[in-house]
Amino acid sequence: MSGSFLFAAIVFLAGAIICVPIAKKLGLSSVLGYLLAGILIGPYILGFVGDEGQDILHFAEFGVVMMLFLIGLEIEPKNFWQMRKTIVGMGGAQVLGTMMVSFLLFIFIGFDWKVSLIISMAVSLSSTAITLQTIKENGLMNTTYGASSFSILLFQDIIVILMLAVIPLLTDTEKTLVAADHADHIYLLENLPLGLQALAIFLSVVLVILAGRYIFVPMLRLVAKTRLRELLSASALLIVFALAYLMELVGLSPALGAFLGGVVLATSEFKHELESNLEPFKGLLLGLFFMAVGASINFIVLGENPLMISGLVVAIILLKALILFLVAVTFKLKVDQRLLLTIGLAQIGEFAFVLLSFAFQLNILNRFELDIMLVVTALTMTLTPILGILNERLILPRFGTKKAETRSLDHIAKTHKVILVGFGHFGSTIGRFLRSNGIEATILDSDSNRVDLLRKMGFEVYYGDASRMELLESAGIAEAKILISAIDDSDAAIHLSKMVKAKYPTVKLMVRAKNRYDAYELLNMGIEDVYRESLETSVKMAGDVLQHLGFRRYTVHRQAQKFIQYDEEGLRRLADKPKTRDEYIFKAKQEIRQQEKQLEEDLKRGIIEYDNHWDSEQMREAHKMPKNQ
Amino acid sequence: MKRVLILFAHPKFEQSRANKALVATIENIEGVTFHDLYERYPDFNIDVIGEKKLLEQHDVIVWHHPFYWYSCPPLMKQWMDVVLEFGWAYGPNASALHTKKCLNVITTGGTREVYCPTGSNNYSVNEFLRPFEQTARLCGMEYMPPFTVMGTHNISDQELEKHTLQYRQLIGCFQKNLPMGTVGDCEFLNDTPQLNKVDSK
Repeated sequence: MSGSFLFAAIVFLAGAIICVPIAKKLGLSSVLGYLLAGILIGPYILGFVGDEGQDILHFAEFGVVMMLFLIGLEIEPKNFWQMRKTIVGMGGAQVLGTMMVSFLLFIFIGFDWKVSLIISMAVSLSSTAITLQTIKENGLMNTTYGASSFSILLFQDIIVILMLAVIPLLTDTEKTLVAADHADHIYLLENLPLGLQALAIFLSVVLVILAGRYIFVPMLRLVAKTRLRELLSASALLIVFALAYLMELVGLSPALGAFLGGVVLATSEFKHELESNLEPFKGLLLGLFFMAVGASINFIVLGENPLMISGLVVAIILLKALILFLVAVTFKLKVDQRLLLTIGLAQIGEFAFVLLSFAFQLNILNRFELDIMLVVTALTMTLTPILGILNERLILPRFGTKKAETRSLDHIAKTHKVILVGFGHFGSTIGRFLRSNGIEATILDSDSNRVDLLRKMGFEVYYGDASRMELLESAGIAEAKILISAIDDSDAAIHLSKMVKAKYPTVKLMVRAKNRYDAYELLNMGIEDVYRESLETSVKMAGDVLQHLGFRRYTVHRQAQKFIQYDEEGLRRLADKPKTRDEYIFKAKQEIRQQEKQLEEDLKRGIIEYDNHWDSEQMREAHKMPKNQ
Repeated sequence: MKRVLILFAHPKFEQSRANKALVATIENIEGVTFHDLYERYPDFNIDVIGEKKLLEQHDVIVWHHPFYWYSCPPLMKQWMDVVLEFGWAYGPNASALHTKKCLNVITTGGTREVYCPTGSNNYSVNEFLRPFEQTARLCGMEYMPPFTVMGTHNISDQELEKHTLQYRQLIGCFQKNLPMGTVGDCEFLNDTPQLNKVDSK
């Protein structure tokens, strides 16, 4: 058992590792790579994976749940509320339109009306996994296309619950016959009257919202205090599992529950930490899911009915595309966005597997109809990414598509242009000053107590350890213009700078340095914007001392500015030369001596002579005027 | 080709519609150096050596600023105080600026009509600019009449556009070293035939 598990794991992982990079190299999306890997290792080509493909499919569907949780995290509740019209409008139009047309089509082909209805339900749904993964990969989430796709898919997630509820009503045979098969599904509520079921569903939604606020967040705070990274990962997984379980218990889609939970947690300080913890799991599970879809394509059925299947595939894609196009036109999408949407959602989705299998178990579909439709579904899922690429390469260039239509929708939580790491005394001053000028930075801090406090005071602070690239990435470093490091720990600051400079060289790094020596190190790394916390304040204090000793304030001010300039120049001069430790110390000593000398000279020379712009001495001499004129 | 240095001083540039339009037309002309003093020296700590070098490299010096209390914003005065050094810009044997041309380009909120003996400002712009005129003379420069955009409080888009075009032409004339009116026969450079013959056609 464990041997076969290990073997299966090796097959799937190796398949992914071989196929996905190839797909990427060819400029295709990773989804396609996974699908092809699945086909390759599936029963009909290499035969490494047999019937367990279906089981893996069920398991891997969890990746979709995680993905929706992560998407939920990026949508704040108020934005979600703003989207309600798009969700119901576009989603409703797409699902109803597609169902009607495909119902007529299948009736016309000669299927029974019940079968046609089931199939048209399945056909109307699109693949959340494929579409959203592709959108995210191409960085199109902030476009109208991204938001519209998302709205439609969300509506489908909701409507599928209704569909699953309706299907049993279509069966002629007694419901009890199949009930035993599904003991694990809807059955907690099955025997309750409809009103109570609805109430239970409503209560569970409320429960998710309350749990998010009053259980998950305090739990995460507690865990964050232990400063054990793996416990945070465990908590993140626990949250998603718990949400999914609760939803299954009351018969809602786990994905929907996870999405809701994500939305609730979107305003919490753990948003980015949760994202960075779940991202790898989601990626792996989704990959597995796509491979399972690939592996489940039944090439025998395909071989026996090539014409019928290819005909259906083409017909369904065309039909879905047509409806999507009409929806896009109705909702006034721009031409390029319209085309992306039309092709992006034209496949049958993973819910079809669930709906069709369910209907098969209820004896509404026969084996043949099921097999055909499963193959058609898998094929449409494989084909749409290919069509998407054709669209991108051949059609869109004619319309001058912009890759990221910037911020056309405010639905998706905004990514800030500035990331501020460290919100202690130093960082908070930066944050406050930026905010007083209307610039809201994304703030990261690793002290959970402080984060909690600052959030209560209305700052947008997230908990997280910024020495991890994933956290910076989910905080949006890819789109950031400036990253400010205000961390107290010099080593951490230098590590962070090194990491960001290597991976995101275009992000402007502005770094706090504790002292000259940290400053040298940062300058030597090629970071120009280094801010010594001990420079300006010390000079200002020294200047105030001079004022108390009777110096004129303006004169002292000018001298202080000159001094800072001189000191910065000296710092850069010394940093230029790479050095051994000894030389370093020698140079530093020399520099300090030089600085002393300069100071002495300044004093000896006297301030007036050094700064002679308002001095009339020279003029008097030149004009040979009496001194007291 | 004469090199033109535009010394620009405006403490609230981002809110000045007229100056944004004017600057936009001239800041990228080849052979013209646009030098934004408030952007370069927010702390008034002027780099005197650098400024002197810049002056030496140019033939035409433009003081471009809004008219505040009948004069320039304080940073420009600071610039004059610290850059135009005795022994370098003026004084015996000082000739660094000799033969260079110099002028003010100014924007005023009030119209041309209020800047006259019968108007509320009593004096003409040229009279208010005497200190600049004399500064330029003392430094051995040839002081030209000012180029003005007046009545900016209520200026229309078309009028503003006309002025920006003229400003551009003016800089072009300086670059080609075309002869201009002098103080005696021309109050404002806006009125010189060079700018208006192109304008009228």
